[in-house]
Amino acid sequence: MNGTLILFYFLSAIVLVFAAVSMFTRKIFRAAICLLASLVGIAGIYLLWDMDFIAALQIIIYVGGIVVLIIFSIFLTHRASEKLARQSLIRRVRAMIIAIAGFVFTAWVLLSTQFPEASPASSNQLSVEQIGIQMMSYDKFGYLLPFEVISFLLLGALVGSITIAIKHKKI
Amino acid sequence: MDSYGISSLALVLLPLLSFIILAVAGKHFSPKISALIGTSSIVISALLAFYIAGGYFFEFGNISGAFTKQIIMQFNWLQFTNDLSINLGIVLDPLSVMMLVVITTISAMVHIYSINYMQGEEYFERYYSYLSLFTFSMLGLVVSVNIFQMYIFWELVGASSFLLIGFYFTKPSAIAAAKKAFIVTRFADLGFLIGILMLSAGAKSLDFFTIIERLTTPGSAYLANFSGSFIGMSALSWTLLLVFIGGAGKSAMFPFHIWLPDAMEGPTPVSALIHAATMVVAGVFLVGRLFPVFAISAPDALMIIGYTGAFTALFAAIIACTQTDIKRVLAYSTISQIAYMMFALGVAGWGADKSEGFTASMFHLFTHAFFKALLFLGAGAIIHAVGSNELKNMGGLRKSLPITHITFLIACLAISSIPPFAGFFSKEAILSSAMHSNPMIYYVGLFTGGLTAFYMFRLYFRIFWFKKPEVHAHNHEVHTWFMNVPLILLAIGSVVAGLIPFGHFVSANGEPLELSIHLGSVVLPVLVALTGIATAYLYFARESFRPEQSVARFRLFYNWAINKFYIDEIYLFITKKVLFNLIGRPIAWVDKEIINGAINGTARLSMKTSEMIKPVQSGRTQTYAMFFMGGALVLAAILIFKFV
Amino acid sequence: MIPLSHILIVSSALFFLGVYGFFARRNLITILMSVELILNSANINFIAFNKYLYPDKLDGVFFTLFIITIAAAEVSLALAIIINLYRRYNTIDIEDTKEMKF
Repeated sequence: MNGTLILFYFLSAIVLVFAAVSMFTRKIFRAAICLLASLVGIAGIYLLWDMDFIAALQIIIYVGGIVVLIIFSIFLTHRASEKLARQSLIRRVRAMIIAIAGFVFTAWVLLSTQFPEASPASSNQLSVEQIGIQMMSYDKFGYLLPFEVISFLLLGALVGSITIAIKHKKI
Repeated sequence: MDSYGISSLALVLLPLLSFIILAVAGKHFSPKISALIGTSSIVISALLAFYIAGGYFFEFGNISGAFTKQIIMQFNWLQFTNDLSINLGIVLDPLSVMMLVVITTISAMVHIYSINYMQGEEYFERYYSYLSLFTFSMLGLVVSVNIFQMYIFWELVGASSFLLIGFYFTKPSAIAAAKKAFIVTRFADLGFLIGILMLSAGAKSLDFFTIIERLTTPGSAYLANFSGSFIGMSALSWTLLLVFIGGAGKSAMFPFHIWLPDAMEGPTPVSALIHAATMVVAGVFLVGRLFPVFAISAPDALMIIGYTGAFTALFAAIIACTQTDIKRVLAYSTISQIAYMMFALGVAGWGADKSEGFTASMFHLFTHAFFKALLFLGAGAIIHAVGSNELKNMGGLRKSLPITHITFLIACLAISSIPPFAGFFSKEAILSSAMHSNPMIYYVGLFTGGLTAFYMFRLYFRIFWFKKPEVHAHNHEVHTWFMNVPLILLAIGSVVAGLIPFGHFVSANGEPLELSIHLGSVVLPVLVALTGIATAYLYFARESFRPEQSVARFRLFYNWAINKFYIDEIYLFITKKVLFNLIGRPIAWVDKEIINGAINGTARLSMKTSEMIKPVQSGRTQTYAMFFMGGALVLAAILIFKFV
Repeated sequence: MIPLSHILIVSSALFFLGVYGFFARRNLITILMSVELILNSANINFIAFNKYLYPDKLDGVFFTLFIITIAAAEVSLALAIIINLYRRYNTIDIEDTKEMKF
């Protein structure tokens, strides 16, 4: 029972509890903020595993970008203060059944799998320089092509969201 | 091909050509031109027929003492096996040459007659085109080499007779009569077709002469094919009986006679051509063609033919005595006379002393064509003058229709078999051959001869002698010479045709046959005929009490006879009440409710199923996602448990 | 050492929470938030496998990087659509957007 373990359980508790609140609450703002907290928790888990670069990315993009965007759109659709309507009971029951069934099945599979022995002892720091070099290289482990493709995707998303959301001026 | 070959081909095809021209372009010609085209083609065919007859009987037909068949041309149309094929061809033998002469002559007379009779008709060219079609079909029938070719032309004859009977198509009775004729003969032709199929199955050939040869040599393998028996008669007898049924339909034997009286709805020249001289003898011709097979290998079928013919002759003669429509009397007379021809064939056999009946039947066919056509054409002239078919509107026409009167009298004398007119010789031959083979049929024939004389002279005296004050007495005939000339020519034929030594030319096996007249056996029929004439004179020449007295005495029988023994009503009952109600309606119900219902039910089922499945496409994203997730989980489970 | 299966159970719990939220929420924006949770659970998986099974490689890191990037792009587009939908129908309830049906 070392500190890593306790910290991990604590952080995963944060993640799961806030995620659950976000899913079950009827106030939309509360859902957004709980999502934010859950995402911060996930960033904490990343930090626990020395993935600082990813943790930073998580905070910057997810928390600082996506959740903010969600909050803006909540404002834009004038729904900030009302209570959210509930789905019909049957629907919720069905969803619950599927989710629980899936979770049980997955857990059972995971617990009965023999994962190969790991050696996380070699906790080498995540070096940003290494990430950068590998991203720009085009040999066997290089990710240049996906990098370029994703840049296209981002361009498309940019143009697309402007086009979709633009308000046409009435002449 | 020599000149006879070309002329026989031309003879058959000229009417076809005339039909095609008149059918396609007839309405652009004036009536005169169409009459010219139609009549000239038939007259040329008639002359060619005489030419061929002269050549056949006097030059090339006689080979070593017997007249044999000469196949002029043959064309292989459909080959089924080595032996079995449908050929189209022209054959000349005594039977077909005689028929060619008869058909073309009578047809020529009718064509000339119609120039006056049908003058002013709205569909004049169409009439002539139908006549040409009919003549072509009949000619093709008699020169057929192959039994299937004959069947083709048989049906064509039926179709053209439908067109001609229903010529006045605006009259419902004419349409009904045409339908009746076609349906009754078509129904009988079913028997013919089955008979053809059975014959071809057994004898393995469709060629007439091959069939005759194979089925008449005793002990041939083909006869063994027919060896099964059914209710006492061999399979061959049943086959030939079925073929005879087809012939009985066309020749109006009982019980298929019902169409012939109704067919009088057609124009009178049509009745003269079709229902006196040509189409109705097709059945007799068919039996004559297959006569060797009948006589040698299936004599019991021949016996049935004999009895049917004799019964029909008597039956029709009784009805004819009571009818009041001139054309109906002549129609029943035709039925009776054709029945004479049939039973003459029925009492004949094979061999020198027994085959007299065959020649007698053909002889009667020949002479009957002349005097029956003459009777019909004369009746047409009378109807034309008086304006009505009924006897009660006619009387005392001696002065106003002299030529018609004389020719009608000649025809009546001929049909009553008074010497020296044509009918005497042919009917004598029939009665003498019957006397040698089957005395009962002889007595029936004798009695019917008396009835024939009675009703024919009843007609004659009533029309030409019976004084009716209001009938006009001026001469109609000076305007209608095209009608008079055929009457005169046919009257000459009725007088001299009997004097031809027919047996020299036509006999069952081709060898000349002497038709002798024994004075002893001649006396009785002539006496019976004269008695009939005298009775008719007493009853009908003047106003007399005798007809009503006889009618009153035999009231019940008279009613039966004047209602044609209710045969038509029986047929109507069977078709309407039995066939339509018991068989037709349930089958129609099954078709509409069950079969249609099944198809409609299938359609309804698929529509209902689609209605049930439609809600799956509900448009709700979350439902889709749920199914997706569930499916993915199931798939993952299957894969994991199968492969891990 | 934390057993790998525990980590994976945490991430699958997160995943199925997101799945429940996707099925059971009515507001489009909350559905979008559920999708984010699902994506994040995948990210945790990648990092965990990278850390435990292939410590000397960086592939899991890259995958996570790309997933985060793509999630960002997707959220922006989804929000643009939601805003457009709100302008057209004045509602962002998923039960009111049922027009693509039979």
